Amino acid sequence: MNLVAKNPMNKNAWLIVPAIVVILCFFIYPVSWLLIDSFARPKWGIQNYEVVLGRFVYLKVLLNTFTISAGTTFWCAVIGYPVAYTMAHCSKRTRRLLIFVVLIPFWTSLLVRTFAWMVLLQKTGLINQTLLTLGVIAEPIALIYNRIGVYIGMVQVLLPFLIFPLYSVMLRIDRNYSFAAATLGAPPVRNFFRIYLPLTLPGLVSGGTLVFVSSLGYYITPALLGGPADLMIAQLIERQISTSGNWGMAGALAVLLLVVTAICLGVVHRIIGVKTAWGR
Amino acid sequence: MNKVPNVISKDGKQEMSTANSILELVGVRKVYGSAVAVEGVDLTLHNGEFLTFLGPSGSGKTTTLAMIAGLQMPTAGKILLNGQAVDPLPPYKRNIGMVFQNYALFPHMTVAGNIGFPLEMRGVDAAERKRRIAKTLELIGLPNMGDRYPHQLSGGQQQRVALGRAIVFEPPLLLMDEPLGALDKKLRVQMQLEITRLHRELGISILYVTHDQEEALVMSDRIAVFNDGKIEQLGTAKDLYERPSTAFVAGFLGESNFFHGTVSGLSDGRCFMETPYGQLGAFNNAALQVGDEATLAVRPERLFLYRGRDKKQENCVSGTLTDLIYLGQSRKCVLRTANGDEVVALQHAQQVEEASMIIGEEVCVTWNCADANALSHRTASN
Repeated sequence: MNLVAKNPMNKNAWLIVPAIVVILCFFIYPVSWLLIDSFARPKWGIQNYEVVLGRFVYLKVLLNTFTISAGTTFWCAVIGYPVAYTMAHCSKRTRRLLIFVVLIPFWTSLLVRTFAWMVLLQKTGLINQTLLTLGVIAEPIALIYNRIGVYIGMVQVLLPFLIFPLYSVMLRIDRNYSFAAATLGAPPVRNFFRIYLPLTLPGLVSGGTLVFVSSLGYYITPALLGGPADLMIAQLIERQISTSGNWGMAGALAVLLLVVTAICLGVVHRIIGVKTAWGR
Repeated sequence: MNKVPNVISKDGKQEMSTANSILELVGVRKVYGSAVAVEGVDLTLHNGEFLTFLGPSGSGKTTTLAMIAGLQMPTAGKILLNGQAVDPLPPYKRNIGMVFQNYALFPHMTVAGNIGFPLEMRGVDAAERKRRIAKTLELIGLPNMGDRYPHQLSGGQQQRVALGRAIVFEPPLLLMDEPLGALDKKLRVQMQLEITRLHRELGISILYVTHDQEEALVMSDRIAVFNDGKIEQLGTAKDLYERPSTAFVAGFLGESNFFHGTVSGLSDGRCFMETPYGQLGAFNNAALQVGDEATLAVRPERLFLYRGRDKKQENCVSGTLTDLIYLGQSRKCVLRTANGDEVVALQHAQQVEEASMIIGEEVCVTWNCADANALSHRTASN
């Protein structure tokens, strides 16, 4: 097996050259410039970092960003887990239908979807109007320009990123594990928490990581659906550039986000990586 | 071998005896859509007995096992465990141990965690759990492996852990679904002996599923031969081998030569048939009547092989010797009759050397009537 698998890998290494070129030109190069800018503009020194780390407002936005990302990841997991489970354990026809339904959001642009949420969620929007007409509520409820709006918009967009990695892990789990646990005396709930959930943890971690990391850089959705308290770091970076042309500050904020993200991922993989080490 | 002599009545038939039986299946059927997986199985497993379901894949033996474990619901029929109907009970309340074909060891738990799992589910406290895990590890011959993870073990070791996990909670009944299928020949033979030893030491009742007839012969007190969702025959290994009641059993368990014909006479438990080879005689194993279509089955090792065409003998089939296959302790002789049928005879090395036959020679085979079985043609052709 090793002999067969290793040699072609080495011979065909050139296949990844295009990808490396793209990453070098469009990621490493601009990020390096941003890093340099954060120290070089407007003059050489660490003044940008002193501002970013010294002022409460910047740290508040950074905290916001992580809270919203963590919240989005949490809600994606809660909503996505049953969907992935159903997809992995239903008939072929239902599975095709579910995959289609989960993928539909990718066919429309992010901007259009976000505006659609605005139409639905605003005070005079479809949801409030329906609830008012039905007499469920007396006053319109605030579903937009606050944290709820941000979560609704982001969870809807990012859900597939959690569902698909989880689904692919669930597909590979042998049903006999649950059968075996049942014959050994495990009632359904304990069977799930002791056997099935731990076995799907790798999928949950990779899906959750995708959602979390994507959330960190979210811009349009929180900008359109959130309130002033839901400012995320991407919006702050955009403002530094578009309103004050402050490339140095923007760079410092971007680098800070990068560093903190890297630390977060490192911690997550440290904790969960050890737990899932059995998975070879 | 036979541990249950007191439930065999004078006429040799098994009696339903709830007092001595751990498990009873009554008319158990399983239908998937329009496909019948299990046709209607009646069976009694005696306390402490080792019973094997033997049959080709798709014959319904694993489905029957899954219904006993509670992993499948029967479409019809009843399953009684210790005289109590278990049909309404979910698998986790049945207290039956089961070893799966691919072991299904929990990969995220250590060996000790796996073996301790059923105890944990039963609320056994940590100290007692530890003691029983250690005892079980000892029993399965892996005393120092508790901290390993399943993927760090060899196939044979995984098999032992799966076995340990299924018996640590001392279930009265152990189900095993082709547990040795993934092991190599040598390891399989070793595990067969070990499972037989555990069965003896623990006094546990075992239902064992396999498609390997040798495994069934080595391990079982009784064997149920499955075919097309039905039990074709249930009996001791010797019953099944010496007195198969259908052609399927005669062909599946060991090898048999078959001759077809019409029953022409009965005498003294024997049955004589008119066949293209003249009159052939056999033990009347299927209550055949004169005029019935019938199949005669005879084992290769029960045939005597002679040079030439000896027509004085009864039960004589002659032909040309086409193959002599050397098997070490014995030799397989294949002859082709004038009708184009192949007949296989097995001879001991000694006999072969004395006879010194050569390929192309005219030879004939014969047998004692008591060593062959006359079977009903109807069941033979299914």
